[in-house]
Amino acid sequence: MPHVFTVSPDFTPAHLSGWFIFNTWLQKTLDEAFHLQLFDDFHSQREAIQADRIDLIYANPYDAAMLVRQKGFKPLVKPEGKADEAVVAVNAQSPYLDVEDLPGSIKLATTEDPDVHMMGMIMLEPADLDASTIEMEICDSYVLVAKKLLNGNCDAGIFLAEAFDNLSSVIQKQLRALVRSQIQVIHHALMIGPRLADRRDRLLDALLAMPENAKGESVLAALNISRWELVDEEEMEFTIDLMDTFVN
Amino acid sequence: MQDMKPEDIVGAYREHTLVHFDGTRRKVLVTDIESPFPDGRLIVSRTDATGIITHVNQSFVEMSGYSRDELIGAPHYILRHPDMPPAAFADLWETVQRGEKWQGYVKNLRKDGGYYWVKATVIPNIRNARITGYTSVRRKPSRRKIAECMRLYPTLF
Repeated sequence: MPHVFTVSPDFTPAHLSGWFIFNTWLQKTLDEAFHLQLFDDFHSQREAIQADRIDLIYANPYDAAMLVRQKGFKPLVKPEGKADEAVVAVNAQSPYLDVEDLPGSIKLATTEDPDVHMMGMIMLEPADLDASTIEMEICDSYVLVAKKLLNGNCDAGIFLAEAFDNLSSVIQKQLRALVRSQIQVIHHALMIGPRLADRRDRLLDALLAMPENAKGESVLAALNISRWELVDEEEMEFTIDLMDTFVN
Repeated sequence: MQDMKPEDIVGAYREHTLVHFDGTRRKVLVTDIESPFPDGRLIVSRTDATGIITHVNQSFVEMSGYSRDELIGAPHYILRHPDMPPAAFADLWETVQRGEKWQGYVKNLRKDGGYYWVKATVIPNIRNARITGYTSVRRKPSRRKIAECMRLYPTLF
């Protein structure tokens, strides 16, 4: 039976080819079979985690508490300089220039990406907006969030900042970013499950050495990551504490 | 902890003496100048189990007006503003020492005598079933909530 590796479902198909390349690197590095299992949504991925079907995960920080505290996962690494940040944007034609200009109840386009959604909701609080005053329109991608704003179907939208910046210039020109987070400490992390605990040190060494060899370097390039940084257990606990402060 | 110094203060100020829960007294100098909470930012700090600051992020440094070196090792009440009712902090400590999360609106005092309002969340850091410290995250509050607190807090002294 191969070990099961999965990545947070908040990656676009364009990013996924890099994870297949990473999975091949992983198998060669540990000389063991790994299956890259993809999930359509966070709900089905969490079910698999709960059923102990996952051995290695590139996890959304929102799920870190469950992975560490309930399932005994340990952190390995995070991508250098790639914190998750969020943007709250509106249609450029809208009268809103600032979050605090938004009316007392709005229709919001968002995604199921849990950490980005949460950061966006925090940035809406200064306008006295919360789940009770927001009608949510859950979209499958950030392009669809943009479309909801362009079509006038929603008053505001929450984007992963990287996704917002990667929208085509034609679309971006029709949108206005009201606020962009600068939190800097919320990030995805590669985490290893208890069945692979005895491979942790070997895998960690190999991950951190990736920029030092041509093969590792090309895999990192496919993932658009410059290098991995170590995440120790206390840093992961800090992330979990931080996420706890956001969840009401 | 040292009293605030007139040379650090920007603008006309009033003088107050705060008495903290540990019995220490501090003379604070207070102005009416508000620093708005920056959009999209969070102020993050951690303390040990006794409330001594062990970690601050850059937003904390910028908003408080203190240097990182002045903050690390100082008690978190270095930010205490005399307009904050002591009952709010008593509630905070009772809550987090029970192992629970506390949330509230706080007026903080800057080194230069000015102030800034935050929505604060404090949680205990529980390691091996023991509270080893506290993490505090402050975010931008709504003006309506601030206005409510400005009406309520003077009644709680």
